[in-house]
Amino acid sequence: MSILRKTLLPTLGALTLFAAQTFSAEPENPPHTLAPYFTPATSSPKSPDKDGFLQRWLLLEPIKKNLRSNAGFTDSWVRTTLTTEYFPNQFTVMPKDGEKVTVADDELTWHALDSSLFNVKLFRLAAGLNKQTYGVLFWAVTVVDSPRDMENVRLAVGSNSASMWWVNGQEAVDLFGDRRMVMDDVISKRLTLKKGRNVIRGAVINGPGMSDFCVRFIDEKGEPIKDLTTSF
Amino acid sequence: MKSFLAITVPALFSIALSHQAFALDGEPYIHDPSTVAFCEGKYYTFGTGGGGLISEDGWTWHSGAQRPGGGAAPDVLKIGDRYLMAYGATGGGLGGGHNGRILTMWNQTLDPKSPDFKFTEAVVVASSDGKEDCDAIDPSFLLDPTDGKLWLTYGTYFGFIRLVELDPKTGKHVEGNQPLNIAIDCEATDLIYRDGWYYLLGTHGTCCSGANSTYNIRVGRSRKVTGPYLDNLGNDMLKGGGKLVVSASDRHLGPGHFGRMVLGDDVEKFSCHYEADLDRSGRSVLDVRPLLWKDGWPVGGDNLKEGTYEIESVGTGYALELGVDFISMAGGMRGGFRGGGGGPVTPLPLPEISQVSSNWPNTDLGVRMIDYMLRPNQKWTITPVADAGGYLGSPYFKITVAGTDRALAATADGEVIAVAAFSNKPEQLWRVDQLTDGTYRIMPKVTPNSKEPLALVAVGYSTPTLAKFDPTSERGRWNFKTP
Repeated sequence: MSILRKTLLPTLGALTLFAAQTFSAEPENPPHTLAPYFTPATSSPKSPDKDGFLQRWLLLEPIKKNLRSNAGFTDSWVRTTLTTEYFPNQFTVMPKDGEKVTVADDELTWHALDSSLFNVKLFRLAAGLNKQTYGVLFWAVTVVDSPRDMENVRLAVGSNSASMWWVNGQEAVDLFGDRRMVMDDVISKRLTLKKGRNVIRGAVINGPGMSDFCVRFIDEKGEPIKDLTTSF
Repeated sequence: MKSFLAITVPALFSIALSHQAFALDGEPYIHDPSTVAFCEGKYYTFGTGGGGLISEDGWTWHSGAQRPGGGAAPDVLKIGDRYLMAYGATGGGLGGGHNGRILTMWNQTLDPKSPDFKFTEAVVVASSDGKEDCDAIDPSFLLDPTDGKLWLTYGTYFGFIRLVELDPKTGKHVEGNQPLNIAIDCEATDLIYRDGWYYLLGTHGTCCSGANSTYNIRVGRSRKVTGPYLDNLGNDMLKGGGKLVVSASDRHLGPGHFGRMVLGDDVEKFSCHYEADLDRSGRSVLDVRPLLWKDGWPVGGDNLKEGTYEIESVGTGYALELGVDFISMAGGMRGGFRGGGGGPVTPLPLPEISQVSSNWPNTDLGVRMIDYMLRPNQKWTITPVADAGGYLGSPYFKITVAGTDRALAATADGEVIAVAAFSNKPEQLWRVDQLTDGTYRIMPKVTPNSKEPLALVAVGYSTPTLAKFDPTSERGRWNFKTP
């Protein structure tokens, strides 16, 4: 049982047993470091990991959504929430490391990072930057350089929790409902990666939960595509 | 079965529908139950907060089990003549985040009324500091039958599920053993062993949201206790993999906190809770269900549901029937060998019970087996019997010819008959356990003059009798098929 997994409102009778104790939604004494989960992206092109997972991303500091439950993550709610424009040129901009955007009254910074794991632990990004970790919306952007036109490939995504993903501006994958992250959870229809640069964008939203995602491309046989590189 | 009599009118209406499933009887209200344990003639399970449930028969449950220490999601295991209890103190978001501790303690008995009921001082065997990728809560034991080693898994969505080794004599953490990451993105894990495989069962989805909880139980397996635990698609549980074992069904949502019970004679069961029982105001309840094995994977089975069935022998393929005259269907072969002619195509009616039962002698009658022919004397209605008690996971049933009160009964000479009318005698009550292959074992509650439990078996091809159940034979296995 993990109360914070998906609700910040203890509703079960048993939980009243803990009512006298302090209830904290945030980790105690956050480490204020991105290590060991992330390292700064370098100027050298980066290939996917051995299983094809894309590890280099531009990640925006979390947008506060102040959700206390994921029970309302219906298709329409997620679509409306994740396609709302929070900052200018949200669906077209290619951000740079250190650039800032303003959402509501918050100034948020883009970070160019390499995940040390197959998955991108957004919770650790937020905690490491001493930002809000629960009730948050993350934006992620990356570029894959393809050595040739690749037809009939698919984008494979797992995320905690709901998310939407676009490839070269076209909506490719939606993960609606209260999701847990599992590799290859939802797969896009067949698409083409064009020779040269292809832009992938994603938005991940979570109430209480350990936000993360994993993304890779797979071929028609379901095998990971690894001859891609990322450089910003 | 008192709660059957106390439930609301809408619920009573739903019970009248065919193939209705029942949760346990009594007040089986619990969250995060431990694996059901048997101690001195009673069943016990312990939950979050310190209390737990007790049952004398495994069907009707009441509060009363006791566990000190508070905290959450305990597990209990009998080792030798003692019981080892583990529980999580804080963690899981309770009382200040994810700095959890797993503690273990011993007791000679689980019966709080026993003079021997006294827990030893709890000792910490695992912990998390609130920052690392682990939350020390939701412990579960495995006593490895291959080498006697004692293992403990723990953790939640907050990072990794971890494995540590404990000393089976002391219940303490083996010095020098380092926690090993074996899964992510699940909680309430349970490690079991069967036929050369270690199986890691974990609960995926959302807890603690009542009827919106998406809890479901999944599994990966490994040849080594240390993993890797892969699902049926080859995906590692360290990448979120997991094959479904149990999900929402009937009017029960959010199964979680799996615990296995091996009862012998090819009967295995598992305990779990549902986050919400829609027939009990959406409260969290305990359930006990059959555990099946298919192609080397555990599968959640179903306790037999009320309804009308053909009862088919797995061994012979013949159907159980009341020994009375059959009714020939009208006419002979229609349409000739070429299938043509014979007038318009229309549905043919089946004989109705009302057409034939009035001609049956008003006495006890024999039962036998024969080809299933959709006949009224081959259809049996399974009905739970109020206030007759039960066994682990189910109530006792009466088995009557559909549309009549003629009931299957055990006789003093070890045979089976259909009495003219059900009278609630113990030899007319039946226990039906789903076996690990998905077929069923059928046993009378009592066989007069018999000191050992007997089961319904096929002798020859067409004769049912009562005999000791042989798990290596198909003669005692039955299918309940929708007629």
